[in-house]
Amino acid sequence: MQGLAKTILSVQGLTVNLDGRSILSGLSLELHAGEMLAIIGPNGAGKTVLLKTLLHLLPYKGEIHWVESARIGYVPQRVAADRQLPLSASDLLNAEARFLKLSQADIERAATVTNLTAELLSANIGILSGGQFQKILIAAALLGRPNVILFDEPTASLDELTEERIYELLNRIKEERGITVVLVSHDLSVVYRYATTVLCIGKGKPCFGPPKEVLTPEALEALYSAPPKFYRHLQDHHGV
Amino acid sequence: MLALLFAVAAGLVGSFALMKRMLLAGDVISHLALPGFGLAFLLKINPLLGAATTLFLGTLLIWQLQKKTGLATESAIGVVFAAALGIGAAITPSDELIEALFGENHATSLLGFLLGAFAVAFIIAAIWKLRDQLVLTLFSPELAMATGVKVDRVDLFFLLLFSSTILVGLRFMGALLAGSLIILPAAIGRRLTNKMSHFLIASSVASAVSVGAGLLLNAMVPKFGAGPSIVMVAALLFAICLFK
Repeated sequence: MQGLAKTILSVQGLTVNLDGRSILSGLSLELHAGEMLAIIGPNGAGKTVLLKTLLHLLPYKGEIHWVESARIGYVPQRVAADRQLPLSASDLLNAEARFLKLSQADIERAATVTNLTAELLSANIGILSGGQFQKILIAAALLGRPNVILFDEPTASLDELTEERIYELLNRIKEERGITVVLVSHDLSVVYRYATTVLCIGKGKPCFGPPKEVLTPEALEALYSAPPKFYRHLQDHHGV
Repeated sequence: MLALLFAVAAGLVGSFALMKRMLLAGDVISHLALPGFGLAFLLKINPLLGAATTLFLGTLLIWQLQKKTGLATESAIGVVFAAALGIGAAITPSDELIEALFGENHATSLLGFLLGAFAVAFIIAAIWKLRDQLVLTLFSPELAMATGVKVDRVDLFFLLLFSSTILVGLRFMGALLAGSLIILPAAIGRRLTNKMSHFLIASSVASAVSVGAGLLLNAMVPKFGAGPSIVMVAALLFAICLFK
């Protein structure tokens, strides 16, 4: 399947240095249409930096090549928006739609997919819960009708039930629209369940491939410098 | 008429300045005009030309400082402000200094009026055109960049519009008070509403009412001066809003 799918992103020898510190060094990968690539690694490994670099938000050396038809949506790890702003989700989506020259129908579509009710759309962002806020970020990312979405830990700081719903939403969007997804996650069970390919970055050489092949107990131990409890736990439950 | 148009521009610019948490910058940036006044008096050129020059140079310096050093806007403004005030006070003759600080009551020439009207119309149109990019940048600069907004450029444009508003206000409000019309109406608007569109309208209306009523007050009690009258009315409106 992956052999036939079109390459949507190709990265060669990507190196990122920030403030004189080497964050990523010589990273290469390929992403195919319809894949869900999970990026895992310990804190500070450069997962968020990688996503931002793929979006050309940070300086880098090496090659990042997106196919011309790629329309990229981005859901950041956190948005430090001033909660006192007199701003509603509707204001935000309208501003984005006007800037991208999209129609009202596009806004409605993004709101429907993410189950944003009229009440939520008109509420001030300051009074929204973490999960509701996350939905708005996803709606904003979907607005430009992306065929690739980059998610940076979409459920950090959310409770388990909300987390579950966000991942279901994410998976539904991917299945229904055939969107290619790049996901940064700390949650290995999510990675096993949804990802088609895994990239692990951290200490040592980066690993890249299908979850079952790449996420061996040895690889996880090397990556996190800790015994792979998750792996055994998942083996029991999912027969991985 | 020009004063009312200016009021609308100040209300709009003030609204976004409030959301960017740089309201006080209005007060501070206006002082960037001081060294310009001083130089203009020394070189015997039009004081507004001198003020415009240092105001815009100072604005560019603030933009560069925050971009290159990562200083917050308020810190960058603070640094440039302190330097400008020192230089301005040192080189401006003291009589002119008072006039520069509190505004002048001379009648406006036709050219001055036309230039002012053009500047104000431009500011209002530019803020309207930039509003979506400003909103996206306010929410998250990073997300705005990922959406394709040139955040650096939007910041610079906004600072320039901000300074232009101050420059138009300098003529009748003076360097000390030109910033007040950016501050007070926005604070009134924010107090009255929680919705973006209502907020922009409320700030502009509060600003226009302050200017209209302030000028009327000045006509009745000329010794107050236009600038102080306008500011007193705006402050009174804000006080009334507290009882909302």
